[in-house]
Amino acid sequence: MGSIRLENVSKSFGEAQVISALDLDIEDGAFVVFVGPSGCGKSTLLRLIAGLEDVSGGRILIDGKDVTTTPPARRRLAMVFQSYALYPHMSVRGNIAFPLKMAGAGREEIERKVKDAARILNLEEYLDRKPRQLSGGQRQRVAIGRAIVREPTAFLFDEPLSNLDAALRVAMRLEITQLHQKLKRTMIYVTHDQVEAMTMADKIVVLNGGRIEQVGSPLELYRNPRNLFVAGFIGSPRMNFIDGAEAKKLGAATIGIRPEHLRLSATEGLWKGRVDVAEHLGSDTFLHIEMDGIGPLTARIGGEFPVRVGDTVHVTPEDGKIHRFDEKGLAL
Amino acid sequence: MARAISTRRKVTFTILGWTIGFLIFFPVLWTVLTSFKTEGTAIATPPQFLFFDWTMENYVAVQNRSNYMRHMSNSIVISVGSTLIGLLVAIPAAWAMAFSPTKRTKDVLLWMLSTKMLPAVGVLVPIYLIFRDWGLLDGLAGLTAVLTLINLPIIVWMLYTYFREIPGEILEAARMDGASLAKEIVYVLTPMAVPGIASTMLLNIILAWNEAFWSLNLTASRAAPLTAFIAAYSSPEGLFWAKLSAASTLAIAPILVLGWFAQRQLVRGLTFGAVK
Repeated sequence: MGSIRLENVSKSFGEAQVISALDLDIEDGAFVVFVGPSGCGKSTLLRLIAGLEDVSGGRILIDGKDVTTTPPARRRLAMVFQSYALYPHMSVRGNIAFPLKMAGAGREEIERKVKDAARILNLEEYLDRKPRQLSGGQRQRVAIGRAIVREPTAFLFDEPLSNLDAALRVAMRLEITQLHQKLKRTMIYVTHDQVEAMTMADKIVVLNGGRIEQVGSPLELYRNPRNLFVAGFIGSPRMNFIDGAEAKKLGAATIGIRPEHLRLSATEGLWKGRVDVAEHLGSDTFLHIEMDGIGPLTARIGGEFPVRVGDTVHVTPEDGKIHRFDEKGLAL
Repeated sequence: MARAISTRRKVTFTILGWTIGFLIFFPVLWTVLTSFKTEGTAIATPPQFLFFDWTMENYVAVQNRSNYMRHMSNSIVISVGSTLIGLLVAIPAAWAMAFSPTKRTKDVLLWMLSTKMLPAVGVLVPIYLIFRDWGLLDGLAGLTAVLTLINLPIIVWMLYTYFREIPGEILEAARMDGASLAKEIVYVLTPMAVPGIASTMLLNIILAWNEAFWSLNLTASRAAPLTAFIAAYSSPEGLFWAKLSAASTLAIAPILVLGWFAQRQLVRGLTFGAVK
């Protein structure tokens, strides 16, 4: 079991309030991603759950048990750090075995579990190497190996992929998702990358300024963002926002339309504009269009789209895909 | 791009470097040379540099007159003992200051260092009286305790700087892995800080080995270390330069050998963290 519940949890460092009283329920076995811009408190929240920071107020419950004052070593959680935080003086074997040694496991058990973990993570050939002799991806695998041998109630990942290059990041993303399917344990994953959040999560928690903006499945957040912040943060390229007269026509202060929900035509449409920049990715074409009376918009068209900079295009939003927001930025 | 340095500059600076090095080393060299002279040649004017009758008589005399081995074993007990006890106290202290600092940590560090600014002689009388009343005079235990206390600020300061270089996330990882505070220090922090701890240890042994003020004032014969052994040749029957030099050479020899073998470690430790 690995359900985690935060009740009214807050954290301040001196005068600065980093997390303002928030509640959150994480079901057993869920893959939950905390996402938000830097400084939004997502890492702090993870460290509060881990016990590496003390809460300033509220309670943390793991499987219904209050662990607010329990030291990290006894919360039965495992954490993977951004910097990997491997023990440089120990071999890969020593690193993976360390939590077992701390738990007082027998030699045979340690040997067996380290072998199992190494097999799962393709580390068998590297067991006798030191961390400094490994590549970034291998180091990250060792850090994950160290986490899985403990058989923790939940895994905590603190931006584990941000030190890896783009290709490796995509590969490791998949590996972590597969690991979650295999182990069926609760995982909490912190990232500032909304693509990671969308691809991996069962449930995304969007944080901003120490507050939870919205909690939901990736598609819920994509379809029904609760406010301007979530609307702008989830989805890539980000949602176009239009205010002024066009928004007033629809009875909103601001309207939002995702780039992929714009229809383009050379001859007719709702709005008219000039192509500013065209990004041809092959699979998609991103157009940055300067609309008359509206301002810049981004449009995403599947496949190749023959257009040149300076061409005039007509743009029409798809039916029912316009998001409306009031003056406070809340969805209508 | 490497900077172009002219050969003339290189030669000038090489000569300058060697000259300064030689000047600093000269008193030690002169002491060693004098220890092989007779008392007569030792005070001859003009001084004789290398071409004199080399003799071992001073070493024989020193060996006959005093028990070198006992002084040396006292020195070892005091310097190693005070260093080990110091480390035992300083490792947890430096850990706390480096990884769990409070608003007052910097003040505590400065306050500790400030104790080194007090001239030792300022507290001689109270300490002497405490030693007398507690029966610690001329005993190894008392002197070891005093040297531990004197060098503790330096040990804590050095360890604090080394520990600061260790990424906190690694210790947090140990905590997440189920390590108690003691296990975290024993299995993770200490092995990672070995270069720093080793150079702190070496420097502290050298400091304690060479310490003279407290050794001279608090010991007489039983617990007298090598510094007191040297001093014994300087006053009572006038100055015997050659014998004094022989005693000094005997006293610095062990630490010189230790320093020689450990110089790589020592330099690495002392510049640790200075260059990333």
